[in-house]
Amino acid sequence: MDYAVEMLGIRKEFPGIVANDDITLCLKRGEVHALLGENGAGKSTLMGILFGMYQADRGLVKVNGKEVRIGNPNVATKLGIGMVHQHFKLVSTFTVTENIILGSETRKGFVLDVKTASRRIEELSQRYGLNVDPYAKIEDISVGMQQRVEILKMLYRDAEVLILDEPTAVLTPQEILDLGVIMRNLIQEGKSIILITHKLKEIKANAHRCTVIRRGRTIGTVDVAATSELAMAEMMVGRQVTFKVDKKPAVPGAVVLEVDSLSVKNNKKCLALSDFSLQVRAGEIVGIAGVDGNGQSELVEAIAGLRKPESGTVRLKGEEITAMSVRGRIQRGIGHIPEDRQKRGLVLDYSIAENMVLEVYHREPHSRRGILNKLAIKQYAERIIASFDVRSGQGAASIVRSLSGGNQQKAIIGREIELNPDLLIAVQPTRGLDVGSIEYIHKRLIEQRDKGKAVLLISLELDEILNLSDRIAVVNQGERVGIVEASETDENEIGMLMAGVKAEGGEGA
Amino acid sequence: MRSGIISLIAVLFGLLAGAVLMAVTGHSPLAGYTYLFEGGLKNPERIGNTLATATPLIFTGLSVAFAFRTGLFNIGAAGQMLFGGFLASAAGLSFDLPKPLLLLVMVIAGFVGGALWAVIPGILKARYNVHEVVSTIMMNWIAYWTVYYAVPAYFKGEFLETESKLLPDAATLKIPFLTDLFGGSYINLGLFLAVIAVIVFAFIINRTTLGYELKAVGLNRQAAEYAGIAVNRSIVLSMIIAGGLAGLGGVAEYAGNAANIQIGILPSQGFDGIAVALLGANTPVGVLLSALFFGLLYSGRGFMNAMTEIPPEIANSIIAIIIYFAAASILIERLVRWLVRRRAAGSESGPSAERKVE
Repeated sequence: MDYAVEMLGIRKEFPGIVANDDITLCLKRGEVHALLGENGAGKSTLMGILFGMYQADRGLVKVNGKEVRIGNPNVATKLGIGMVHQHFKLVSTFTVTENIILGSETRKGFVLDVKTASRRIEELSQRYGLNVDPYAKIEDISVGMQQRVEILKMLYRDAEVLILDEPTAVLTPQEILDLGVIMRNLIQEGKSIILITHKLKEIKANAHRCTVIRRGRTIGTVDVAATSELAMAEMMVGRQVTFKVDKKPAVPGAVVLEVDSLSVKNNKKCLALSDFSLQVRAGEIVGIAGVDGNGQSELVEAIAGLRKPESGTVRLKGEEITAMSVRGRIQRGIGHIPEDRQKRGLVLDYSIAENMVLEVYHREPHSRRGILNKLAIKQYAERIIASFDVRSGQGAASIVRSLSGGNQQKAIIGREIELNPDLLIAVQPTRGLDVGSIEYIHKRLIEQRDKGKAVLLISLELDEILNLSDRIAVVNQGERVGIVEASETDENEIGMLMAGVKAEGGEGA
Repeated sequence: MRSGIISLIAVLFGLLAGAVLMAVTGHSPLAGYTYLFEGGLKNPERIGNTLATATPLIFTGLSVAFAFRTGLFNIGAAGQMLFGGFLASAAGLSFDLPKPLLLLVMVIAGFVGGALWAVIPGILKARYNVHEVVSTIMMNWIAYWTVYYAVPAYFKGEFLETESKLLPDAATLKIPFLTDLFGGSYINLGLFLAVIAVIVFAFIINRTTLGYELKAVGLNRQAAEYAGIAVNRSIVLSMIIAGGLAGLGGVAEYAGNAANIQIGILPSQGFDGIAVALLGANTPVGVLLSALFFGLLYSGRGFMNAMTEIPPEIANSIIAIIIYFAAASILIERLVRWLVRRRAAGSESGPSAERKVE
């Protein structure tokens, strides 16, 4: 059999945790091979080993049938292995060409030869249908385009095996479709692709075979065409899963959050949200749908007290909180699962225990008269760890930086729900999580609702908004372009609204 | 724990490099080091002097370390120390109080002086995002020239224009008991003050909500803001504490080791504090130990110079090399890991290869 890459019996241990335990993955030449697994299952570690970022404790790596030792990413590049990371590694003030040639610049004597490089990039871009302008600046192009630049970077270095790490996490629905076309083009030209994802739909649409790993072990490699999504999900999670969220009809109560004609500026001092009004009642989930960057972040920050609005008011349970401190709002019952877990949600160099009391360290029993009670903090954290299944090497004492992304997210969600807030703001709560965790988190959000709490859900995943919300507000360019009952709408209507087509007769908030 | 090993290796490398320097310049390293350490430890007096030399370094080291633990880079310990020492001296020369009371007033004045000099960069940072490296350095020179003007104008010495009057006995940290115990050394109560400061530092950083807040702000300002911690207040508070610690170093220096304050000198301990904090890995006990070590080198180098032909610059070079190694801790970490791996590879064939268990 003609394999581009074979990873045989790979084992990798980190202190307190076996990340990979006898994993085998064989990539045929010319196939899209999906790597499916829950968060913390060991996908990133495995790909890190292939890309030379980690060294396997045991096992073999073969490229084109020959055994190799990949000591660092440069070796991987030489072997024709390229990786598109989830977070792009681009210089935003450079042009596309400058970014692509960075590190392997073409030269004419002592002078940088951008022209030849640009020509080659244009050629590659046409051949694979990428449609990238080599002279555009990174900061001026969309996220989807930036991803194509990353792909071009690998093609420019003659990569034969491309690793795409969660490539669709940052894309709009249309861009996801385009990426599928690009992957097919790449395959036709003889490239091989490893697709790391936990979106089963995408695996079904794009991959030929799929290797499933769970808790560091290979569960099996299946033929995608012959396997149902449900079967793959069960392999991944190890039990039966449901995609549909079970929920009773909402029983909305009193208004908890009332946003009235709020206008907020963004970091560039432009109005990102204008004249926005919304009500969220106790016992309902209100979803905010919209393409990324249409004012959702600014809305959340204004409600949470992290950004000062230009005009308008925010009320919580009837009390005006427009100018209140963040801590005041937390104490009055706002919980906030932030958009960017590493930037805002966690102090990465603190332990889990320390992070779990980030908002409540000053209250008894976590501290008394300014002295921390470490035992009480540890017990509090252990409770959250247990009830939200946060997996780590050393329990509450683990440094959060060492946790996988999904476990970091579970820790944050656990922390915020443990606050038992009257209003829970959940921004992209399941971003980058696997089916099992998503199912679990959705259940917990609905549980909050059923306990009579108000939930404001902001997500770029339309499925998530449609599944969870009772009412859906759609934003476009900072304006509320419509608000609809979730039971009376569908993907198409919301999609139209997101694109800026105004709803007719949309009812008031 | 791991940083402690790195610091020890840095010290070891520094001493080795010093030995090479001595050998290359035609001197015996053995004799050099013997006299260097004898100079610092030979008799009670020398031990006392070593401890006294280390005292201001403990304070400035704590000052830099405290700021660093909370995400701030305090380059201004020199100015804070100088101004704290100046305020304490001014209090000592101005008030006529019983010794315990006067010393208490001077300690408070020293802390306030240092804190005052640090709170300005703190406010500038919190409100206008002015980088504290720039503003604390500039505050150093403001302290320098303020003292340069104020000492001759208000506290002129009896014989010299360039120094203040001598502090009266009631206003000095020296006490006969300690002086006698250490055979006439200039060791003084400042050392005890420094040990208390080490303990208070450790307590604040590790056990209090204040330390928790300050560290959170230092590690991730945005997460701290999200959690409702008053970020700006934390920055200012952190600078106040750091500056106050440096100010206490000024009290120990000018009212303990010395008995007056001289103009035209920015105390070198301010900058050495950065090195002390670095070598001490910004932990309170680490700072204490590294300050004592620096104190030993500083107080021993005179004796080495007197007994051998080795120039005192060698001692300074050793200190500089140690700082380089401490700063290059990543290199040392790699070296340690490499050594460990080599040993592991060597014993793989032996019976102790328990990692092979399935």
